[in-house]
Formats: sequence, structure tokens, C-alpha cells
Amino acid sequence: MNLRQVDLGVRLGPLVLKNPVMVASGTFGYGREFASLVDLNQLGAIVVKGLSLKSVPGNPPPRIVETPCGMLNAIGLANIGLREFIEEGLPWLRGLDTEVIVNIYGHSIDEYGELANAFKGIEGVSALEVNISCPNVECGGMAFGKDPDVSARVTEKVVKGGDKPVIVKLTPNVTDIRVIARAVEDAGADAISLINTLSGMAIDIETKSPRLANVYGGLSGPAIRPVALYQVWQAVNAVKIPVIGIGGIMSYSDALEFIIAGATAVQVGTANFVNPRASIEIIEGIRKYCLEKGIDNINDIIGSLKI
Amino acid sequence: MIEQGIKIEFNKRVATDTFLMGFRCPEIAATSRPGQFIMLRVKNGVEPLLRRPFSICGIQGKDLVCILYRVVGLGTAILSETRDGETMSVIGPLGRGFELPEMDKKPLLVAGGIGVAPILFLAQVMEGRDIEFMTGFTTSSEMIDAGQVINLSIKMSIATDDGTAGYPGTVTDLLNAYLDQNPDRSCNLYACGPLQMLKSVVSIVVDRNISCQVSMESAMACGLGACQGCAVMAFSREGEIRYHHVCNDGPVVPAHLIDWKSI
Repeated sequence: MNLRQVDLGVRLGPLVLKNPVMVASGTFGYGREFASLVDLNQLGAIVVKGLSLKSVPGNPPPRIVETPCGMLNAIGLANIGLREFIEEGLPWLRGLDTEVIVNIYGHSIDEYGELANAFKGIEGVSALEVNISCPNVECGGMAFGKDPDVSARVTEKVVKGGDKPVIVKLTPNVTDIRVIARAVEDAGADAISLINTLSGMAIDIETKSPRLANVYGGLSGPAIRPVALYQVWQAVNAVKIPVIGIGGIMSYSDALEFIIAGATAVQVGTANFVNPRASIEIIEGIRKYCLEKGIDNINDIIGSLKI
Repeated sequence: MIEQGIKIEFNKRVATDTFLMGFRCPEIAATSRPGQFIMLRVKNGVEPLLRRPFSICGIQGKDLVCILYRVVGLGTAILSETRDGETMSVIGPLGRGFELPEMDKKPLLVAGGIGVAPILFLAQVMEGRDIEFMTGFTTSSEMIDAGQVINLSIKMSIATDDGTAGYPGTVTDLLNAYLDQNPDRSCNLYACGPLQMLKSVVSIVVDRNISCQVSMESAMACGLGACQGCAVMAFSREGEIRYHHVCNDGPVVPAHLIDWKSI
């Protein structure tokens, strides 16, 4: 038996994780939904479902449709709202031995500042992840994250408005991800995470109507993994802050592709729906890979891509 | 609720495009209630990607869990080709089941098509009680024999759209006829079937002030309440519009909580 230990701990700016595997926002509820199926204490971090200042009911159904090796969703950022999360969701999460990252989104730049401020001094929240993929009502509904200047202003608001480490989650639906990545780095982000879902749609040819009531939605799952991996690699080469890789990770080998490309950590999303224990199996798979390759520290393989 | 690998005990065709599948799982068998469902991963790999939800149609003995399903797409087509002895991952039991009726109420069971699955389980746990079971199918070849599925001899009234068996018409015709003939009987109604059928059933019983529970259907990604993909428009207990999630607010809900106008 191999008694050597592998150090899986990683650092995302001021945030330290015991391993690089988190569960992605919107795919894991507020944690409790999975408690009877998954040992949550083994996770690197839980990123909770995106929160807004007030509760949001979400979009009309149908909200999801399966597509080849993936799924489209248009949930509409439904959530219980900031207050209910702090009063009802967070006390339970505090009892876990894992980092809790709160994903936030606003409808205006000022709302992001208010959200960051609301988490000031709140115990049990290790970092904020800022969703800038949602529509900016002040800007004709274009996503905040499609414009480098707006992305930077949102980032600055959260950094200055709160006291938690700030991760900015980028949308892939842009011309050049490197420009956005640099803009949020310069605005003070501690780390970036990418990719959020790719915009997509599906049509029922019998009814000639969209399969989602919202017409279009966000594509996730293994179908988007090569796109995600390329954008993560581009971002890693554009910024100095840590990058968190997200997009269609189903297995430990998928996760390692992102880590070798330079991601310091990864998030597991759609896989949680298919296999609730996916993230745990990924952690074990990475550990086994390191043991077999004689790697003592996960940091030794981050960005080890040979070209 | 558990996640576990199970072995298919049997998977047999019982009507046109309709299959009965059974697997042994003592944990699910011991805790399942009529109306609850399971999420099956019909195939490993990424195509199809998501699990599929299936109502439990009956429990046999201490450990045999049965589902009844119709082939409607890729997931159910793959499942229909699965052989005895093959293994797959199951999560369950999930969701809220039916609240059983009080002893002084006559249970009216109303099912349309493959919606008969959870209703059969309900009939199974009420064995011995005086129930009225009405079912509707498109045509006689899609009819389900309760004796074959849950090993229970129950009298079912049957309607077929094309008149090839039973009453020529719909299950809501059967329901109307029953209620007209028994205007004074105090009853509780339990229904599962296509949304438009449920809508008709609910409009009938609302006028007559009969308590009604419906089992809803929706595509789902997780079945656990996390993805929120299975929303239906509904009312809160305070009467405000909100969304119910079929997976954990349902699948069985009191009919008056659903916003039927949105369907």
C-alpha cells in the first residue's frame, strides 16, 4: 500500500481550499438538497445558487431541455433572496467543514455593491462569486459581462463594497475572453471563474415553437467542455490571478485537463444532476492520479501543459 | 432517499410501447409511498446525459420495486432494450406522494394513459377498500391490465378514445357519469395523466367541491430540488402566484394549488 500523502490544497488569492474541486452555482441548490447523498465535508467548496437582493420566482416552464451531451436551461436565476438565505440557508451551511462561496447577481451596478455590503462581516461565507452573465437593465438588457468596462465597474463595486475575497464568473459569450479577464483583474478581482453557460436554443419541429418558454437558454454539460477548456487556457495566459475552470466536467480526467491548462481549481456543475457524487469521485480520481504519477502536491501540475 | 446501483430483475412489454420494469432494492421498497418517483440513469456515459424520472407503480414483497413506462424518446427507448441482469444507478424514493383518504371517503382513482402508473401503486396500498378506478387510453392496444402489473385484481372502468375497448370516449366522461349517478357519495379524487386531462378533471371536481390530488409531470434534470427545472405555475397557501417544483413540492399536489389557467 502506498502511504504517501498528496497535498491537494490550493490557494485562490486569500481563499484557501482543502482541494481544488467545488460544486458550481445553480447546480447544487443551497447544499442541503444533496446532504443525504454526498459527504459535503469532502468538497473543496460549495458555491450556492445565485442570490439577488430580493427573491426571484424565475422563468415560466418549460425551463430545461436535454440536448446532445448537454442541456439547455432558462431557470431565470430563481432564488430565495439575500435575506432568506442569510436567515435560513446559511446557519445550516456553517455547520459544514467546507468553504461556502456565495454567488451574487444584480440588475444594476449599484445592486452588486449592495449585495457585497450585505455580506460584510457575515460569518461562514468564505468568498463572493460575482455572476456578470445576467442582463443589465440599465444597458438595454445586455449582459454586464459582455462589456469590459461594465465588467470592471461591477467588479470594483463588489471589491470596494464588501470584505470577502471576490471571484468574478465570466460569460463565454464574448468576442475575446482575455479582454474581459484582464478588465476584472485590473478592477481588483481575487480570482476569475469560467465559463458560465453558452447561449443556445432548441426548436420543436412539430409545434414550430422553442423548446424553452424563454426561447433561448444556457447550454451546459460535456458538450461545452472543449470550448470551456480553450477559454480557460486563454484566460490563464492573459491574467496573473488564479483561474477556476468550469464547463462540462464529468470525471477526474476532465478536471485534470483544466488543471493542466492552468486552472487552480475547478467547478463541477451539470454532472451533479447526473451523478450527485461526481465531485467526490473527481477528488478521489485526482488523488489517485497524483499518487500514480509520484506527484506530492497538486500545485505541481497546475499549468503543466506542454506545447 | 438513497443512490444505489440496481440490477434489473425483469423488463417486459405489457402493452404497445409500454413496459413494466422491476428491480430489487429493499431500502426503496420499504420507504416508498404511492405518488413518489425514482430517477434512473438508463445508461452510463454522456448521451443521453440526464437521468429520467419514473413514478413507482407498485412494490412486490419486501424488496421488488416496479415502474411502468411508455417509450417516448431516447431515454425510454434505451431503457426498453435493457435486459434482465443489467445494472444501472437509481435515486429514490423522491418527492411527495398521495395523502390517503379518510375511511369515510370513497377514493376515486382517475388515470389517463401511462399516468396509470402511480395510480396503480395507490390502488395497491388501498387493497380491500371500496375504490372506483377509471382509466382512459387512446386505443385498446395501449390498455394496461392491473392484474399483470401489480398482481392485484381490481375492477377498472375503461374508456378508449377510438372506442376499441370499454366506453368510447374519455376518462373524464366516465368521471362525469359516475358523479351524476352518485351525487351524494362523499369522495376524494386522485388523478394522474396528461396535463389537459388533469385540467378537465379538476374543472369537473371544483364545481362539485370534491377534494382532489393530482400527480404532475415535468422534464427534470436532478429530481432533488436543486436545478429548479421542473417548475409549474401554482399558488402559495396565501394565494400568491409562485412556482411549484414538481420534484419536491410534488409530484402530488392538491389540485387547487396549481394555476390551471397557465396550462
